[in-house]
Amino acid sequence: MIGYGNYVKLIGYGLATLAAMIAANYARDLAYQVHMILLMLVAGGLFLWTVRQTDEPVKPTPTNEYMDDVVRYGVIATAFWGVVGFLVGVVIAFQLAFPALNLEWAQPYGNFGRLRPLHTSAVIFAFGGNALICSSLYIVQRTSAARLWGGNLVWFVFWGYQLFIVLAATGYLLGGTQSKEYAEPEWYVDIWLTIVWVAYLAVFLGTIVKRKEPHIYVANWFFLSFIVTVAMLHIVNNIAIPVSIFGSKSIQVFAGVQDAMVQWWYGHNAVGFFLTAGFLGMMYYFIPKQAERPVYSYKLSIIHFWALIFLYIWAGPHHLHYTALPDWASTLGMVFSIILWMPSWGGMINGLMTLQGAWDKLRTDPVIRMMVTSLAFYGMSTFEGPMMSIRAVNSLSHYTDWTIGHVHSGALGWNGMITFGALYFLTPVLWKRERLYSLSLVNWHFWLATIGIVLYAAAMWVTGIMEGLMWREVDANGFLVNSFADTVSAKFPMYVVRGLGGVLYLAGAIIMCYNLWMTVRAAPAKAPLPTAVPAE
Amino acid sequence: MKKSDHTSEQGYGTTGHEWDGIEEWNNPLPRWWLWTFYLTIIWGLGYTIAYPAWPLISQATTGLLGYSTRAEVAEEIQRVEAANADINGRLASVELTSLVEDPELTQYATSSGAAVFRTYCSQCHGSGAAGVQAAGYPNLLDDAWLWGGSIEDIHTTITYGIRNEHPDSRYSEMPAFGDILSDEEIAQVVNYVQSLSGASQDAQLAAAGEELFVDNCSACHGEAGEGDPLQGAPNLADAIWLYGGDFETLTETVRYSRYGVMPNWDDRLSEAEIRAVTLYVHRLGGGQ
Repeated sequence: MIGYGNYVKLIGYGLATLAAMIAANYARDLAYQVHMILLMLVAGGLFLWTVRQTDEPVKPTPTNEYMDDVVRYGVIATAFWGVVGFLVGVVIAFQLAFPALNLEWAQPYGNFGRLRPLHTSAVIFAFGGNALICSSLYIVQRTSAARLWGGNLVWFVFWGYQLFIVLAATGYLLGGTQSKEYAEPEWYVDIWLTIVWVAYLAVFLGTIVKRKEPHIYVANWFFLSFIVTVAMLHIVNNIAIPVSIFGSKSIQVFAGVQDAMVQWWYGHNAVGFFLTAGFLGMMYYFIPKQAERPVYSYKLSIIHFWALIFLYIWAGPHHLHYTALPDWASTLGMVFSIILWMPSWGGMINGLMTLQGAWDKLRTDPVIRMMVTSLAFYGMSTFEGPMMSIRAVNSLSHYTDWTIGHVHSGALGWNGMITFGALYFLTPVLWKRERLYSLSLVNWHFWLATIGIVLYAAAMWVTGIMEGLMWREVDANGFLVNSFADTVSAKFPMYVVRGLGGVLYLAGAIIMCYNLWMTVRAAPAKAPLPTAVPAE
Repeated sequence: MKKSDHTSEQGYGTTGHEWDGIEEWNNPLPRWWLWTFYLTIIWGLGYTIAYPAWPLISQATTGLLGYSTRAEVAEEIQRVEAANADINGRLASVELTSLVEDPELTQYATSSGAAVFRTYCSQCHGSGAAGVQAAGYPNLLDDAWLWGGSIEDIHTTITYGIRNEHPDSRYSEMPAFGDILSDEEIAQVVNYVQSLSGASQDAQLAAAGEELFVDNCSACHGEAGEGDPLQGAPNLADAIWLYGGDFETLTETVRYSRYGVMPNWDDRLSEAEIRAVTLYVHRLGGGQ
């Protein structure tokens, strides 16, 4: 049975290798050619690996325990891509302060224009995506008391997702982009991600379906809404017609303001469902676990969940105030954003109040301090967001660095800190260690990251508001006072401060990697416990 | 999880569910949270009645306040235009040379011209108007003028531009001497040109370059290299360089020539705006 399966696989891998070879040969542009060579190597490698496995004795897969290998890989991938993404962020922050760092010899690959999407995709999709995938796979097994559905399908999800990241990142550097913010990968990369994502949905949903618990835990509601909505957003926003089957370039089917609206419907809900709903799923598991307290309110979790997912999807038009977008759509985007304020805060309240009776842990446990700080930043960003969606505020803030400050207080503060907390929780558990290697290093990480975020966000608020005021400054006759270049040179000191904030944040993440590494290597092993066995 | 601890601080029990040791309190929704949520919904409904919001079959509701972003911008533009209509009319019709005699007009034109400059000119000439030598964008702060520095000259240059497709554009073209002179002759003439403003040079090559200069260059640049603003030939003796006065840059200029272009602004700016920016540039320091 297994032997035949391998022969089918061999035929598939062989054909894929051949097809990639042909495509690389006919390639019309560099990004496509490099990608096809990459695919050829991957498919060829899998072919050889399968040949070696064929007719070898098969190790029986234990089906009576949780599938944690893939989660361990996910923890490593999250930490790795996090450092890569933060590093590129620091580089481009200094490129903005010192444009000479767009080094002549590295052109066009090392240009800010190509590195910027590399940074955003690396932190959102590589770091955030891996954090979501691995923690959701961990949580869904624990809270369903069931092993992952689909056997090795989850390995396809993990490696397929890493392949997507590599294709996206190398594509940007080589100039393969469809120029849609946070949706830059070209058509064949989009198709690949769709396949991987559907497999992820199948694994997740399959596990929930075969759960042993009578109810579905709240974290899994959030994960499921994240997976389903991201699939919908990704597919609709990437509907495009390739210019050639042998080239990376494609043409969007939507045009003009419709294209802009679809793009920001996608863009805003990438924030809403990827960076909010998904991460709330993480929050709803790790905070009660780390605090060892019950979740504050079941009722609040129901109401804020449904309100959040119903309202978020309509808020996108606030990205297009004062553009060609009709006023009615702009009004609705703003109104939905403001009504979204309390549903967003519901998650913060439920997380913070879960610490009732355990507030003393903030003093002694830097991991829970990190998680609570992440909720504080979540609360700040989800207040700031609705405020910035108000048309009058937006007329000042739009196109300025205020927006950059806003997304970074959310991304570094909320997404980053809750992920660090999750990694600190998961590593000792997954590698069966008694404790983390060093809590004092966690403390260092906490303070470096917090000071880094404060420097970053404060610098961008100051410079963003200054820039907005300079753009609209007029003299007594109604004439503009500043040229655009005047505003750019006025921002220089704040750009340097922002870069320094990034350096601190990156330094904290590197300390975390060292600490996690040493936890696996050197922390005392945990005495084996009889674990609850999810019967197959 | 302390199993004994089965009442929350608010006095409620748990829901009775448990997942991997996690329980949930049956606490009610926080009152302030719920009321703020209701208030934002009520405010939202009111706002969508007051402003254009709900899409219907053929168009969206326009809102009770009759608000429109386009109308708002149009109104603001119209208000400023109406306020400035008189003075713009005077600016566009007054004799150019007598513009500076009217202090009110001068003040207005300077501030309007500054705004025009920052919006349309600063991309090349820099927001401080010092130009970019590496790219051949002239410095407008000094008193060296390629096409003349009187207020009329500057007005013509801005209106029609330089070497563009407008029929009245200012036009001149230097030959590419790479096809005419040998490399050695180019080195000689470059050294001679450098010697005109006392820059360091090879005296022998410079002496040899004088005759070449008279034969090939003086028709436009003048016997002494003093230039001719009537045909846009730069002064070569004033140590002010459009592209740079070092040996390599001058060799490149002589060998391949230069062809700097400036757009005409007559179809993009009003006469009042052109005059305003003319006055602004004239008053930057070097106007004649």
